Amino acid sequence: MDCRTVIRELSEYLDGELDRTLFEEVERHLAHCQDCRLVVNTTKKTIEFYCNSALLPLPEDVRDRLHTALATRLKRQST
Amino acid sequence: MNSPKPIPERTPVGGTDEHVFVERARLGDLAAFEELVNRYERKIFRLALNITGNREDAEDVLQEAFLKAYTNLDRFQGDSRFYTWLVRIAVNEGLMKLRKRRPNVVSFDQELEAEDDLLPRQVEDWGPNPEQRFAQIELQRILDEAIAGLEPDYRIVFVLRDIEQLSSEETAQALDISVPAVKSRLLRARLKLRERLNPYFRPGESPLPARPER
Repeated sequence: MDCRTVIRELSEYLDGELDRTLFEEVERHLAHCQDCRLVVNTTKKTIEFYCNSALLPLPEDVRDRLHTALATRLKRQST
Repeated sequence: MNSPKPIPERTPVGGTDEHVFVERARLGDLAAFEELVNRYERKIFRLALNITGNREDAEDVLQEAFLKAYTNLDRFQGDSRFYTWLVRIAVNEGLMKLRKRRPNVVSFDQELEAEDDLLPRQVEDWGPNPEQRFAQIELQRILDEAIAGLEPDYRIVFVLRDIEQLSSEETAQALDISVPAVKSRLLRARLKLRERLNPYFRPGESPLPARPER
């Protein structure tokens, strides 16, 4: 397996979606290719940054306007 | 290399009682719908911000998505999660906003780029905890700017898969594209984001390098 193929399989490798044969081929390549190993590690880190980003509270003014709009327009609809 | 599953478990959204509130809302119970709004308003606003990149548009998307969801509840089949269905509505609203602002930029049916540009140009080690070089607020700004600079086709797939944690199938459903198209765009989005973050996290860089070009 060459570097290009490893990069093509990178996403599914990180998501644990590769079948066993492909997974082992990727692992074998990574064991001796430092460049691919760095790409895998830094891509994994990239995903983790976004995966772990906190879900912030809705800004108070945005929330007020949302609930007011819903109350007004939905009540109008249901009457 | 270690485990093949480094990414945190996808957390179920909505809980098991979601369908109860959906059913009650369908019968016109506004309080039940309000409960659904309370559950998902933060996620839908984050999604809308990530799609539109603009707070004013994101707020419009948020309101329209919930209004349309309520109005069209009788069309919700119940064969997917309510949340996935809501995401689909919000994505459509967000795309409409984007197309208004940047016509010709967003087209989910465009040809994918040639395969041969996938190999990364910059390969450097970031070290074990590169994020520790930045204050939390600065790190968030860097992440926000990096994602805002992605082309919408890639950005939206990344947002749905890696931030909102939808499955590939749910993402395909929400965007009305195939699962292989989701996977291909996700790979590209991840690689592009990695390249965009590289100037900040590579060793020996000062914590605030010049912003990468969009």
